[in-house]
Amino acid sequence: FPDLTDVSISEDIPVEGEITVPVGSHSPDEEFSTLDEPVRDTIMRDLKAVGKKFVHVMYPKKSSALLRDWDLWGPLVLCVSLALMLQGGSADSKDDGGPQFAEVFVIIWFGAVVITLNSKLLGGTISFFQSLCVLGYCVMPLTVAMLVCRLVLLAGSGTISFIIRLIVVLAMFGWSTLASTAFLADSQPPNRKALVVYPIFLFYFVISWMILTFTPQ
Amino acid sequence: FAEFDDAANLLAANPDATTISIDEPVEIPKNQHSRLQEPGREEDDELLGTDDSDKTELLAGQKKSAPFWTFDYYQTFFDVDTYQVLDRIKGSVFPVPGKNFVRLYIRSNPDLYGPFWICATLVFTIAVSGNLSNFFIHLGKPTYHYVPEFRKVSIAATTIYAYAWLVPLALWGFLMWRNSKVMNIVSYSFLEIVCVYGYSLFIYIPTAILWIIPQEVVRWVLMIFSLCLSGSVLVMTFWPAVRDDNRRVALVTVGTIVLLHALLSVGCLAYFFDAPEVEVPAPIIPTQNATVITKS
Repeated sequence: FPDLTDVSISEDIPVEGEITVPVGSHSPDEEFSTLDEPVRDTIMRDLKAVGKKFVHVMYPKKSSALLRDWDLWGPLVLCVSLALMLQGGSADSKDDGGPQFAEVFVIIWFGAVVITLNSKLLGGTISFFQSLCVLGYCVMPLTVAMLVCRLVLLAGSGTISFIIRLIVVLAMFGWSTLASTAFLADSQPPNRKALVVYPIFLFYFVISWMILTFTPQ
Repeated sequence: FAEFDDAANLLAANPDATTISIDEPVEIPKNQHSRLQEPGREEDDELLGTDDSDKTELLAGQKKSAPFWTFDYYQTFFDVDTYQVLDRIKGSVFPVPGKNFVRLYIRSNPDLYGPFWICATLVFTIAVSGNLSNFFIHLGKPTYHYVPEFRKVSIAATTIYAYAWLVPLALWGFLMWRNSKVMNIVSYSFLEIVCVYGYSLFIYIPTAILWIIPQEVVRWVLMIFSLCLSGSVLVMTFWPAVRDDNRRVALVTVGTIVLLHALLSVGCLAYFFDAPEVEVPAPIIPTQNATVITKS
């Protein structure tokens, strides 16, 4: 190529610039690095996010705050506390007792994963971890029900205590199902909503059954 | 089914054209929703079902074009709407004599939603109902202490999922083997067989709930009733697939299907539901008193 031999980069124009590609969103992390902040700030920020989500579950309005910033701390804490509270059930032999810790853990997490896969396979637009986050946080009313049941059982285990426990568990089961449906229903195609809501109903029904049938030694 | 109409029209116009199906999971349900508002849809479905099965077979082959390691491949098995699932359940509970469940309802769109969630519901229904019925049977006894019997859930899950998946696998293998020997007009894919078995188990869900009633006669009547209903769905589905075969082989196949189905229901009733106690007849006590009085 004879014409190109006299093309040259001038030596006195410095070539400079930034190699790093600027990220699209300007999160506050860009202005100051979170590496230097005190540990307490980091923990408090995450705790506040988890706390805000708990409040959202208590009063389920149609908001997408729960969906946008998902985290799995809340579901983990709820699942572990529920599984711990379901321990100490009566058992004559090992085979007849209530669910063990591992069984509760597996049912909650495996059930949430299966429901998420189900909703995604049916054409839902929600992401995998967002759905896990919502289903896990909506276990909170049932954890509260478990706490109430244990307290009621401390007072006595007759018919009246059973009726109180039944009412509490039913109310919390309805609350959990309605809360999670309020969050998840919008991400489904409209002619398949019932197909997605039914497994959620079954999931919370099984957890409610485990809570209601808990009998202490 | 609107997709089949369009693709069928295109194929009829241009039979040599290669068609590429691009799965757009978000848009397809919306399209179906807008198109399915047309009235007279049910009549179209009937015609399509009794039409030449070549077209539906061709389109069925086109549907599953994504490789099996992608998510879209499995999404094709969940391409059902609420009303379709409800229709299939209705078809399994009210079998129409002479009409084939697969041809009438599945129609080359087998889904995994129904079999999977019907089995899950059945597992928990049997476990919960068994627990409740045992509670009511033993309620008055002073030595009875309620236990949740949670282990039975895993046993129920293993049994029912094994039945709903391994028996169709064995049946499919057997039918494929017979197909290689005898030319059968009707043949089913593995997923269609899984679908039939899954939906035929639906009748056991209300049956399990009604089995809480602690009367032996009532339970057996319920069991025979549900066995007849779901067994007839299975028989009417699989009889056309084996009737061209050797008479004995056909009868043994259909007999085995019904036998396994009966074994499942009898086994569930026997294992999860304790037998209700028989009342001790009252007249024994007065005669003992009479003998005591005469002796003294």
